Amino acid sequence: MITAIAPPRENYLTHEYGIKSWLLTQDHKRIALLYLGAISFFFFLGGIFATIIRLELLTPPGDLVSSQTYNKLFSLHGIIMIFLFMIPSIPATLGNFLVPMMIGCKDLAFPKINLLSWYIFMAGGALILYAMLRGGVDTGWTFYVPFSTSYANTYVILTAVGIFIAGFSSILTGLNFIVTIHRMRAPGLTWFRLPLFIWSMYATSVIQVLGTPVIAVTLLLVAVERGFHIGIFDPALGGDPVLFQHLFWFYSHPAVYIMVLPGMGVISELVSVYSRKRVFGYKFVAFSSVAIAVLGFLVWGHHMFVSSQSVYASLIFSFLSFMVAVPSAIKVFNWTATLYKGSISYDTPMLYAFGFIGLFTIGGLTGTFLATLGFDVHVTDTYFVVAHFHYIMVGGTMMAYLGGLHYWWPKITGRMYHEGWAKLSALVVFLGFNLTFFPQFIMGYLGMPRRYHAYPPEFQVYHVLSTAGASVLAVGYLIPAIYFIWAMRYGQPAPDNPWGATGLEWQTSSPPPPENFEITPVVTQEAYDYSILEEMTVG
Amino acid sequence: MANHTLALRHQFDDVDQQKDASTFGMWLFLATEVLFFGGMFCCYTVYRSLYPAAFGAASNHLSVIWGGVSTAVLICSSYFMACSVNSAASGRKNALITYLVLTILFAATFLVIEMSEWHNLYTEGMMPGFNFTFHEGDFRHVQLFYCMYFSMTGLHASHVTVGIGILTVLLIRAARGVFSPQYHTPVEVSGLYWHFVDLVWIYLFPLYYLVARHVHAG
Ligand code: HEM
Ligand SMILES: [Cu+2]
Repeated sequence: MITAIAPPRENYLTHEYGIKSWLLTQDHKRIALLYLGAISFFFFLGGIFATIIRLELLTPPGDLVSSQTYNKLFSLHGIIMIFLFMIPSIPATLGNFLVPMMIGCKDLAFPKINLLSWYIFMAGGALILYAMLRGGVDTGWTFYVPFSTSYANTYVILTAVGIFIAGFSSILTGLNFIVTIHRMRAPGLTWFRLPLFIWSMYATSVIQVLGTPVIAVTLLLVAVERGFHIGIFDPALGGDPVLFQHLFWFYSHPAVYIMVLPGMGVISELVSVYSRKRVFGYKFVAFSSVAIAVLGFLVWGHHMFVSSQSVYASLIFSFLSFMVAVPSAIKVFNWTATLYKGSISYDTPMLYAFGFIGLFTIGGLTGTFLATLGFDVHVTDTYFVVAHFHYIMVGGTMMAYLGGLHYWWPKITGRMYHEGWAKLSALVVFLGFNLTFFPQFIMGYLGMPRRYHAYPPEFQVYHVLSTAGASVLAVGYLIPAIYFIWAMRYGQPAPDNPWGATGLEWQTSSPPPPENFEITPVVTQEAYDYSILEEMTVG
Repeated sequence: MANHTLALRHQFDDVDQQKDASTFGMWLFLATEVLFFGGMFCCYTVYRSLYPAAFGAASNHLSVIWGGVSTAVLICSSYFMACSVNSAASGRKNALITYLVLTILFAATFLVIEMSEWHNLYTEGMMPGFNFTFHEGDFRHVQLFYCMYFSMTGLHASHVTVGIGILTVLLIRAARGVFSPQYHTPVEVSGLYWHFVDLVWIYLFPLYYLVARHVHAG
């Protein structure tokens, strides 16, 4: 028997070997994997803190950890999850990998800056870890003054500087994406032929470039005030603490859209491919991303309804917050309309997409509850708020991230994952998530405040449910970690286009060659044109 | 010609695209910078409108003369930067080197003047956190003025310092003959940055040295 040994196609994983070839790489695909490794580590770490928090809350008295330790736990959980996991999650991994591939070019506009931004991210992360090892920080991820500047007895400056540094990585990634999307699209790839993932990455990048510097300078001022004991925000020294909150939320509200817009982009891709239809109302979905980016900058005051902000300002912020829900709703309606009469297949990524749509809707709707002045005064700083944002960030973005990882995994690694296990874990994640966070809406509404390690016994039943759910959720996250790693070595080799999708990234080999395409693609149709694909396979 | 293809990095199709991308990237970076400084300008604005009298009193301790001189120096530096870009575009290597040296010298002069200003304020006891002995009137908000003053001029000075570093690298590359009329994007892009740094000072100078001065206590 003669076996023809095909020469292995050179791809970006095999064309160079060794640690050095990774640490000095300028290939956007390898940098995406560097980020993937780093943020997976941070996610794991943030998860450990969450586990201890949930264990402490199993019983009403504060018996597992002291209140001081508890403060550090939720602070580190929030800081690591938001700044070191959620913000870079989709943009720095999937975005880095896919932006050049989807627009048909060889790399991002500035590959060296791309690598630099990974190092900056790692430096910021290392500083935060160092602060954590020295004893951590107990201000919450919000660093409210004057507690953070004058009273906290923990490593505030180190942590703030760490976030400051990591912020620049976010800025540089955004800048790189904007320039790339503007200047490097393949011939024929007009703005309205772009995949919706690109539109949402674009909108995200604008927020990163314009929002992040403000938190950077705010944290710098906090560090200056704390380091030199001079009053910028501390009222006892002549400053104004509410000004700090304005500056903080001017970034941090838009930042929530840095976290969710990329997820929405992923969902647009998934919904389209697994219902084999063009996304309904393409232009509306595209522009809703831009609208969210713009409106997102105008609503920060809804975090400050009880901060002594003027009632008139609160009224306007409340109104604008309702406005920002409109583009979010447009997306949800259009995804649903895309499903209508589609030929839907229930592959794992699509299961995650369904999860996203449902959970994001709940998160977004409770957002409008919170934007209602009267209601917010009742539930602000309770578990209702905690449930709201976890529905969006964990129920939404995390689902999209996992869905996207599954969907593009064959392209990234050249191997298929195990579909059975994947479906099972998608289900476990969905159930675990709801069990963890739905009870938090109820207890928050009933008055359970956030950030306390002890609570009255009547809330225990909800906390027990929540902790039970968290254990299920942890299992749901652990299973993919195992089969993904397994698949990297032993998975079935993936075809170039396992899902029969239309995007440019599927027209090159899996994994792609170092410069992405053998020949520069020329685009002649709109995105998601499944009728053409069908004709091609039939004819 | 060989030089010109060498300078084209692999991800671009042609030199124009590469140049376009770099320039656009720098403009975006400057947008980031605007918001970076913007946060501090916002603090300044809020506090000045809350405590006009204290800000007026505080600003009378700054030397308008030296502030004016450093403004002039920085504008000259910016002018020589523009000349550098011009020389690079027309391929005059020696002129480029001369103008870059002048740009750097004026920038360094600016820093020297600023540091001596800081030193004076320190000896007068007007430096919060290090030596602040001023106790007349609404001294807490005078202190706030100086907190903002040192934070903002400090941030600006750090940008000038970074700028001097960039210009020095340009100078070395210019001396090696890297730049040509076909390829001088780094000079142009650094020029954008440098003018931006200058522009920030053009706002800082009046805000700290001039406008508040006319507000009188009472
Ligand atoms: C549909 C639009 C949304 C509206 C109207 C909305 C409204 C609100 C309001 C009013 C609050 C303040 C509650 C309080 O502190 O009393 C809040 C908190 C929060 N929201 Fe949303 N939200 C929306 C979408 C999002 C999205 C997309 C995310 C994240 C990806 C998000 C993340 C958060 C976070 C993290 C907090 C809590 C911040 C903290 O205090 O630690 N929200 N939201
Ligand atoms: Cu918000």
